[in-house]
Amino acid sequence: MTTALIPERGQSRTTQAPRPLPQACRLCGASQPAAPVAICEECLGPLEPVYDPDRPLPDAATIASRSASLWRYREWLPFEGEPLLSLDSGFTPLVDAPALARRLGVGRLWIKNDSVCHPSLSFKDRVVASAINAARAFGLDTVGCASTGNLANAVAAQAARAGLAAWIFIPHDLEIGKVVGTAVYNPRLVRVRGNYDDVNRLCTQAADRYGWGLVNINLRGYYGEGSKTVAFEICEQLGWRAPTAVVAPMAGGSLVTKLAKGFGEFAKAGLVSGPAPRLYGAQAQGCAPIVRLVESGGEQIQPVVPDTIARSIAIGNPADGRFAAQAIRGTGGWVAGVADQDLVAGIRLLAETTGIFTETAGGATVAGALALARQGRLGPEDEVVLCITGNGLKTVEALQGVLPEAPLIAPRIRELEALYGRDL
Amino acid sequence: MAVTFSLPTVLAKLADGQSTLEASGTTLGDVVAQVADRFPRLAPRLRDTAGGPYPFVTYYLNDEDIRFRNGFATPVREGDEITVVAAIAGG
Repeated sequence: MTTALIPERGQSRTTQAPRPLPQACRLCGASQPAAPVAICEECLGPLEPVYDPDRPLPDAATIASRSASLWRYREWLPFEGEPLLSLDSGFTPLVDAPALARRLGVGRLWIKNDSVCHPSLSFKDRVVASAINAARAFGLDTVGCASTGNLANAVAAQAARAGLAAWIFIPHDLEIGKVVGTAVYNPRLVRVRGNYDDVNRLCTQAADRYGWGLVNINLRGYYGEGSKTVAFEICEQLGWRAPTAVVAPMAGGSLVTKLAKGFGEFAKAGLVSGPAPRLYGAQAQGCAPIVRLVESGGEQIQPVVPDTIARSIAIGNPADGRFAAQAIRGTGGWVAGVADQDLVAGIRLLAETTGIFTETAGGATVAGALALARQGRLGPEDEVVLCITGNGLKTVEALQGVLPEAPLIAPRIRELEALYGRDL
Repeated sequence: MAVTFSLPTVLAKLADGQSTLEASGTTLGDVVAQVADRFPRLAPRLRDTAGGPYPFVTYYLNDEDIRFRNGFATPVREGDEITVVAAIAGG
């Protein structure tokens, strides 16, 4: 495979950091030079990178010849020049799932399997890969985040690899797998009494005071663009076409928002044709502010206090909730709020039908897809992709007391046959 | 009721560079109105034309998001801390 990012023999890799693009406010359009700033000075709206509409874009064959990472789509990522860090994240498998398709009653179904994303086993590796290159370009020596777990893992891992200091803030009650999967990289890990929204407030104030590169706070404009690569990969892996429907979990609402943007950018570039996929979002009922917004037809998020075992999507005040709702409505999609016991059943169903072990957010996605199919929103004419965004080994607590306990026997055949008879 | 009123850097620029102010009022809305009167350039960033908070500006009274209370009508007490935080963060 030819690669554009791995230098040929005799060539040296550039050590010059890529140049982050300037930004503009999504609400009022005010311009902002490239900087570790995510908030518009005019209206406090969100800043987004501004791409040169006349930049040369690659064709499908060129993209396909590049290395298997999210950087194969670098013309749609917020930099000029080549990235220096986290060059091998992304390009996760798109797994055909016929047994699960039958359970849902849809024509075809694939799993976008970011439970094996590199290096920390969630889709957050994508956004951090983008943000950490921005941090390096801005000369920041400290990165960090407010996290429900997966982002903590991704920032800690990628900062360690890049030789950057990291400050990671998490709610006090995260699953042990996510705590250990962060602490092992030796960041400054701080547990905060409170829920994610409390952590997020603290981090917003810390970013303001200390000048760190907090990836989902002041680097957020650069960070979020990494999520578009999920859409790009789905299109390429389906043979340069889009599915008819995509179901994704929702926490802050950024993923669904960026999926819409990604599918739109590939259509605009002529890399795919046909209608944009309908976007569907799933949340746990115990923390479903975006579901409520879409169902109510309203415009503003009403925050909630999270009460769910799906901690990775337990954001009661989602920053992109309004935009996620717009993306869902704009594509003709819908939402599903699922009970905790149903998302646990979703974890098991995905494992038993596809061999993929996902965490609680993935369980919500599967359970949400089942609910949407029962409502007739997904049907036999559909080609559906489920975005499975994290690995089940991080949230084994969700399955405690749910799975049958394995019997314990001595290492003797007669004990095995006593359990199961002679016809094994 | 005397309270402290904390601003993020992006808004402190419009308050003569002060990130922490002393203010007073009986409700959060009173306090915001007083701060807005003192800093006219800051005023349109604190509240919309209808006098309410913007969706992308979150107000905390001590540690609580005022949307879980009674918004700008929430009473304040002596010594309370009001913190203004840009809402576009996290996730």
